[in-house]
Amino acid sequence: MSAKTFSYSQYFYTVFIIFIIWYAFTTSLQPAEIVTGIVLSLLVAYITVVNFSCCNPILITPAHIIYFIQYFFVFLVALVKANFDVAKRVINPKLPINPGIVSFETKLKNNFAKMVLANSITLTPGTLTIDVVGDKFYIHWIDVTTENKNEIYKEIAEPFEKVLLKIYGSEK
Amino acid sequence: MDTLNYILEYIGLFFVLLGSIFLFLGALGIYRMPDLYNRLQAGTKASTLGAMSVVLGVGLMQPNWLIKLIVIILFIGISNPLSSHALARASYRRGIRPFFKKKMDDYESQIRDER
Amino acid sequence: MNIVIYIAIVLISIGSFLAFMRFIKGPTAADRAIALDTLSVIGIAGLVLLGYLFQRYIYIDLALVYAVLGFIGIIVIARYIEKAL
Repeated sequence: MSAKTFSYSQYFYTVFIIFIIWYAFTTSLQPAEIVTGIVLSLLVAYITVVNFSCCNPILITPAHIIYFIQYFFVFLVALVKANFDVAKRVINPKLPINPGIVSFETKLKNNFAKMVLANSITLTPGTLTIDVVGDKFYIHWIDVTTENKNEIYKEIAEPFEKVLLKIYGSEK
Repeated sequence: MDTLNYILEYIGLFFVLLGSIFLFLGALGIYRMPDLYNRLQAGTKASTLGAMSVVLGVGLMQPNWLIKLIVIILFIGISNPLSSHALARASYRRGIRPFFKKKMDDYESQIRDER
Repeated sequence: MNIVIYIAIVLISIGSFLAFMRFIKGPTAADRAIALDTLSVIGIAGLVLLGYLFQRYIYIDLALVYAVLGFIGIIVIARYIEKAL
């Protein structure tokens, strides 16, 4: 967890994010809406900035955008595969499952990157993130095929973590 | 222009149909699976892609609404895994144990260490 | 053309009925919460589809608000299950 202090850069970053969310939810260009949005996001950011400042913002370069697109496609393929996997298991009258809870350690240090990884794991074939404690991920796996730690890591996290490591690096 | 709209409409219909099939399968999974965690697995994955696909299909059929529909898609994609993770963690900590064919549970020792 | 949308609505209705059965049967409170979560996601898809069928934009806004409220509700229920508030 980060230090709970008030800094102006963190404050304006929060205002910006809250205003983006406001704008996404209203999607109108009327001046009244925009002014209300700015006033409300200044106010809400003032109240919540201490709790929201979990992650350091990173500088976005053009290379990052390519990685984001690459990540998006890796994720999309995994999501579609996951759905056909679930469909296959649900339709089969014998319910072919062999559940278990496995764990692995991640090399990522950035909190936001960890959240993205956890969400992606939840949406990929047969895995569900139960908890993240420090660097350790606990995963409910619908069909445990191996108990070897390295193979578990390779099977579940590697395709996503490769791309995320390129974006965030392994430092904080 | 007209032909483009026509093609988009058919692609949209395809997405709507595919999405509703996935939504149905997700609900079937919720009904059939033997324990809470497997239900979460089936429910989250199938209903996320199903809802996204239905919404995207409507967006292709009605391009004026596309921006707001994309906001809905992004929101579903972020919020749905988060809520299922919160439910799984809460119910494990409350003491609901998963169904195992062969026991394999790394999380139990973690909980014991925290106490 | 519209027949596909009617088929989709029928599939979605059967799905929400199955989720509702789990909501009634579910042995624990968490099972019911899962069924509720799935029901709300199905409801969002259904609202958007009905909005297209009736050509009313307001349904899209409703779906967005429903998505936000459903998410917050599930988080609150999860908190409650974990620590009993």
